[in-house]
Amino acid sequence: MSMTQQAEPAVDTPPAPGPKQTDGRTRQRPLALRLLARPEVGVFLGAVAVLVFFLFAAPPVRDGSSMANILYQSSTIGIMALPVALLMIGGEFDLSAGVAVVTSALTAAMLSYQLTLNVWVGVIVALLVSLAIGAFNGWLLVKTGLPSFLVTLGTFLILQGVNLAVTKLITGNVATDDISDMDGFSQAQKLFASTFEVGGVNVKITVVWWLVFAALATWVLLRTKYGNWIFAVGGNKHSARAVGVPVTFTKISLFMLVGFGAWFVGMHQLFSFNTVQSGEGVGQELIYIAAAVIGGCLLTGGYGSAIGTVFGAFMFGMVQQGIVYAGWNPDWFKAFLGVMLLGAVLINLWVQRTATRR
Amino acid sequence: MTSKETGTHGAVLKDTPPADERPLVALRGAGKSYGNVRALHGVSLEVHPGKVTCVLGDNGAGKSTLIKIISGLHQHTEGEFLVDGEPVRFATPREALDKGIATVYQDLAVVPLMPVWRNFFLGSEMTKGPWPLRRLDIERMKKTADEELRNMGIVLDDLEQPIGTLSGGQRQCVAIARAVYFGARVLILDEPTAALGVKQSGVVLKYIAAAREKGLGVIFITHNPHHAYMVGDHFSVLRLGTMELSASRSDVSLEELTNHMAGGTELASLKHELSQVRGVDVEELPEEGDLTAPVAASSEGKS
Repeated sequence: MSMTQQAEPAVDTPPAPGPKQTDGRTRQRPLALRLLARPEVGVFLGAVAVLVFFLFAAPPVRDGSSMANILYQSSTIGIMALPVALLMIGGEFDLSAGVAVVTSALTAAMLSYQLTLNVWVGVIVALLVSLAIGAFNGWLLVKTGLPSFLVTLGTFLILQGVNLAVTKLITGNVATDDISDMDGFSQAQKLFASTFEVGGVNVKITVVWWLVFAALATWVLLRTKYGNWIFAVGGNKHSARAVGVPVTFTKISLFMLVGFGAWFVGMHQLFSFNTVQSGEGVGQELIYIAAAVIGGCLLTGGYGSAIGTVFGAFMFGMVQQGIVYAGWNPDWFKAFLGVMLLGAVLINLWVQRTATRR
Repeated sequence: MTSKETGTHGAVLKDTPPADERPLVALRGAGKSYGNVRALHGVSLEVHPGKVTCVLGDNGAGKSTLIKIISGLHQHTEGEFLVDGEPVRFATPREALDKGIATVYQDLAVVPLMPVWRNFFLGSEMTKGPWPLRRLDIERMKKTADEELRNMGIVLDDLEQPIGTLSGGQRQCVAIARAVYFGARVLILDEPTAALGVKQSGVVLKYIAAAREKGLGVIFITHNPHHAYMVGDHFSVLRLGTMELSASRSDVSLEELTNHMAGGTELASLKHELSQVRGVDVEELPEEGDLTAPVAASSEGKS
C-alpha cells in the first residue's frame, strides 16, 4: 500500500489554500447558497417573517407577556415536535403521537386517583406505558416491514378508543377526577407546569424544557454516533444495515423517544389542568408532523434538523396566538396553517434544488 | 486452443496452501434457497491472505447471492461456511465486519444525502470523551477520510458535500477506500468495475492489487474476464447457481476463462449443431476438448 507515499503535509492544515491540491473541477458555491442548503435556514426566515408580520398586524404582540404566552404555546407543540422530527429524519412518522399524549396523562391521573397513590407513582407508570407504546410501534414496524403510516394509524385508532372507553369504564365520565390535592402533586407541578418570572414577565417552565430538549436533540443529531445512525437509517436503510448500523435498535428507540415526548407533554397537561379530557389529542399528531416538515425535515427521511423544528413550532405558536391578538376570528388558524405548510414545503423544495444543484 | 495441456492432471491442487495456512474464508458445498428457488448450490470457495479470488458469472449466475452469504446479509441454507476454520452463520453484516470481512456492494451502500466523511465512517464512527459526553471526533474523521481518499488518488475539495453529488467512480473509490481502511482481512468487491470507464477501472484494479500486496484476501466479483485475469490468483465461474469452473491462474488461460464465461462448455457442444446452420461462423468457437481447465465437480471439497 502506498499509504505513506502520498500523505501530503498539507493535510494537517486543511484551510490553507496554498499547497493543498484541489480537484479543480468543482467551484465553491457562494456562501448564501451554501447557507440556504441548511435545513433550518428557510424556516428561520419564515419564522422571522411571521413574527414581523404580527408585530405590525397585532400591536398587543409587542408586549412581553404576550410574547411569553406565544412561546408557551409554541413550547407545547415544540417539545413533541422534536422527537417527531428525529423520527422523521429516521425515515418514519408516528400518527399516534397526539393521542399518546392523552393516554399518558390518563394513565397517571387514573392510576394515582383510583388507587390513592402518590402521583409520582402514576407519573412513573405513565412513562413506562408511553415508552412501551413507542417500543410496540417500532417493534411492529421493524418485524412486519409495514409502512409506519399503517402501523401507527393502527395504534392511533386503538389508543383513541382505549382512551375513551377505559376512562368511561373507570370514572364513569369522559374526564378524569381532579388530582390537585393528592400527595406529590405540587412537587410534580413544579417540574412539569410551573411558572417563573423574568423581568416582570411570567414564563412557563415548558419554554425552558423546550429549549433544553432542542439543544440536546441538536447535539445528539450532529455530534454523536446515534445521530449519525438516525440520518443513515432515514437516508438509506439498506446501506446503513450493510455497513453495520443497528437499524432495528435505531428505529425502535426513535419511536420510544416519541413516547417519551408524549409522556412529558401529557404530564404537563395533567399538572396544569389537574384533570384530563379523554377525547383530546386527536389531530395534534398532524400539527407535530407539520411543525417538523415546516422545520425543514424531509418527509421521506434522511434530512432535517432540530433547530429548524424549533422555528417550525414557533411559527405555529406565533400564528395561533397572533390571530387572537390581532382580533381576528380564530377559525382562520387552520387555514393559515395550511397555507404556511404548503409555503414552507415549496420554499424548502426550491431552496434544496437551488442549493444542491451541481 | 490452449497450451495448458497439463491442466487436468492434478495440477489443480498446486495452489493448495500448506497445512498451517488456513483459508480466511472457506465455503464447502454451500448453497442458498429462497423458498423453492435454488439460487446457489454446491459452491466451494477459499480465500487466502494475499490472494485474489475472482468469481465470474453472467447475470443471474448467483454471484450476488454468494457475496450476500459471505457478508452476512443472507444465511446459507446448505453446506458449510467457515471463517478461520470455524463454522459460522452471520445474522447481520455487523458480525461479518467484526470478523474482518468487509464488502463493497454494487450499490456501494452509501447514504446519498450524507456528507462524504460521515459516509466514510458510517457504522464505525470515531468518538472521544467519556460516556455521557461521548461525541464524534469530527476533526480526526475528516482528516483520516481525506488522507485515505488522497491515497487512492481522489481529491475532494469539500468532504462536507453529500456523497450523492460525487461521480460514480468517485463513489466507488470512496467505498473501496472505506472497506480497506477498516482493516478488512477479507475484502469483497461486487462488480466494482461494472459502471466505470476504462481509466477508473484501472484505478480500481490497481487498488485490488494493492490490497493483495497488503496481505488481504480479496474476493473480486465481476463479469469481465479481462479485468479478472489482470489481478486474479484463482478463478471460479458460476453458472446458473453452480460452480462451472474452479481453477488457479496457472491452470487457465484468459481465452479459456472468456470461453467459460460465455457459457463455454455449452457453446462447444452446440458447435456441431451450429455448424449445420448457414450464416453462423463456428470456426472460432472452441472444441470441447480444448477446454481443459478443471471443471468443478459439485462435490469438490478443495478448489
